Amino acid sequence: MLSSTAEHLFWMARSMERAENTARMLDVTYRMSLLKNTIPEAVDQEWIAVLNISGLYSIYSERQPLVSATEVIDFMAFDEANPSSIFNSLRLARDNCRTVRGTVTSEMWETLNATWLEMKKLKQNGLPKDGISDFFDWVKERSHLFRGITYGTMLHDDAFRFIRLGTFLERADNTARILDVKYHVLLPSLHDVGGAADYYQWGALLRSVSAFETYRKAYRDLITPKRVTELLILRADMPRSLHACVQEVDEQGSIINGPRSSELLRLTGMLRAELRFGRIEDIISQGLHEYLTRFLARIHAIGDQINSTYFWPSDD
Amino acid sequence: MSKAYDEMYQDAGSLRSHYSSYSQWLESTPPEIIARKREEADLAFHRVGITFAVYGEEAGKERLIPFDIIPRIIPSEEWKVMAAGLKQRVKALNAFLHDIYHDQEILKAGRIPAEQVLGNELFRKEMVGIDLPCQVYAHIAGIDLVRAGKGEYYVLEDNLRTPSGVSYMLEDRKMMMRLFPELFSRQSIAPVEHYPDLLLENLRAVAPDHLAEPTVVVLTPGQFNSAYFEHAFLAQQMGVELVEGSDLFVAEDGVFMRTTQGRKRVDVIYRRIDDDYLDPRAFKKDSVLGVPGLFNAYRKGQVTLANAVGTGIADDKAMYIHVPEMIRFYCGEEPILSNVPTWELRKPDDLKYVLDHLPELVVKEVHGSGGYGMLVGPTSSKDEIATFRDKIIANPGNYIAQPTLSLSTCPTFVDSGVAPRHIDLRPFVLSGKDVTLVPGGLTRVALKEGSLVVNSSQGGGTKDTWVLEN
Repeated sequence: MLSSTAEHLFWMARSMERAENTARMLDVTYRMSLLKNTIPEAVDQEWIAVLNISGLYSIYSERQPLVSATEVIDFMAFDEANPSSIFNSLRLARDNCRTVRGTVTSEMWETLNATWLEMKKLKQNGLPKDGISDFFDWVKERSHLFRGITYGTMLHDDAFRFIRLGTFLERADNTARILDVKYHVLLPSLHDVGGAADYYQWGALLRSVSAFETYRKAYRDLITPKRVTELLILRADMPRSLHACVQEVDEQGSIINGPRSSELLRLTGMLRAELRFGRIEDIISQGLHEYLTRFLARIHAIGDQINSTYFWPSDD
Repeated sequence: MSKAYDEMYQDAGSLRSHYSSYSQWLESTPPEIIARKREEADLAFHRVGITFAVYGEEAGKERLIPFDIIPRIIPSEEWKVMAAGLKQRVKALNAFLHDIYHDQEILKAGRIPAEQVLGNELFRKEMVGIDLPCQVYAHIAGIDLVRAGKGEYYVLEDNLRTPSGVSYMLEDRKMMMRLFPELFSRQSIAPVEHYPDLLLENLRAVAPDHLAEPTVVVLTPGQFNSAYFEHAFLAQQMGVELVEGSDLFVAEDGVFMRTTQGRKRVDVIYRRIDDDYLDPRAFKKDSVLGVPGLFNAYRKGQVTLANAVGTGIADDKAMYIHVPEMIRFYCGEEPILSNVPTWELRKPDDLKYVLDHLPELVVKEVHGSGGYGMLVGPTSSKDEIATFRDKIIANPGNYIAQPTLSLSTCPTFVDSGVAPRHIDLRPFVLSGKDVTLVPGGLTRVALKEGSLVVNSSQGGGTKDTWVLEN
């Protein structure tokens, strides 16, 4: 496959996944902000955290001095000046797909193009006041649909594997960020089980990564912060956990296995092994935020390595 | 201007026989169903993303080419004559290109003035003496035909560089079959869907050294090109890679593309980039679309370019008037298809006549294309004509003029219902080992009432083109 085609497929998948995860992050923050017993200052802090964790606070503050739910949601969902807004992510996904429409199936292209056309219309018409959660659900559904169509219509060849690579690398990054933005919800009370407020906060966090029912099934017990973190970091069978994502990246990378892929496989293999054999107690004792910061740096390094292995190798 | 020839109705208003089946269907189908199908077509074209970019509008803006559901129908006997004429013409054009880049017999014989060829900036001296597989230069030719007067066909122009539009021909057919499958069981309509197979077969046939399994690619300037949809479409339909200049590189032993598994050799490039931008080392130095060193590899015979470099000389409007002579010279036959009578403004007598009759004539730039830079006398204001007159006087050699042909019309859906609109036809002729073409071509329609400009960039639409089979 052409290096440039692989690159477009990879970024098509990453951008679509990013749109979904941005919707998830905004949704969980929005839901948490609606809880009765949260104080207004704390709510603002939540929205500042959303901007910080995406590295977008400085762009935001240049345009908007005040942080409020409405403004941050508008910035993260629709703003063209924000490179990671849902609007721009969908545009990027669609533009990348357009460039490789000879490689993807027509169902994939038509779905993504229809999503983009609808997104443009939504931006133009604005959301109804009570429609914000519906919008997040719509983004998630379009992403699910696209992933399903990809899985169900495309030949499972290298092109498909670069798509999976993009999806799971982005998801690993995003799950880590969602966890990081909410780690303070989890950590101060690590040993302090119970409390209705915490229960709702954790519940919202689990729901943001579609893990609420999974948690119940896996632990059949009260929600505790330790188990929440364990589920989202270490469980290999939880589809949005860091372990599951890195496992998928490692496996797809091994199957593609080009002539120059040994360093990439070393990076993914090591990270996968650490997640497989790691213990949640160790992660918590070294500090969840510190752990996630290091994890994000390694995901970034894997992204760079994919780039120099497959997309822009030094000249033949 | 007399009343135009109509494809569907005779002068007295009675139906032409080859339209009777369609007309029956149209009359028996409730208008609300037709309306719904037309909306469906619009939606489908948008979703599929069959769009084109318009130069001079907001960057990256995409527009849909309007699609009309009333087909243009050509009877079988008529098509046979046209097809023979098209093949004859393209054979002669390819023979001409081979000749002027080799022995220049036609110039030596004095059949075409040598200075018009050798002094033309579109004549590529770099191509002299280079031998091409099958001696083919214009592998893909789009010949624009119009029908005027009492229905006789004329060749309006030859497009031998990177003619576009074939994807609309294919998508229009697909759309008609999707919307109105019942129409295709009522009568026998010649298929066009095999065009991509035919194209691939032709491209493989012209590979260097007649390789058994040559690698073919489509080279595009990128997704902001107006015809990008078509480039991607053809690559997909042929099952070959769509590449940009940056995907290719030239090594000592040939042209290669960068892939995730290392380099891969490329044998035939169906390029949709103009000559000037192909190779910054050989042509325009600042081109970022091309591949450095490509022309050198081409000259060594390591790769085939389709179309060849230097075909522009043969579709130049100054050369157009000589095509009938080319046919006589190379084929030893009389031309089957006629040229439109043309005045060359470099000739003082022609210039004088044209300046005296500007309001009746169409004036075109010799090197222009796409409907840009032309004057349509009868539909232009006095001021526009005066401005154009100054441009002509400043540089007469840059223009040719033709009578304003009253292009034939075909009933078309417009805001006010169904009304006649002017149309043309672009069949696509493929040359490799043989000369082949699929029945029909792309019918373009000028949607503005009375307008004769069918170019999509100027508000034209398209129709499905049916060649009936007996």
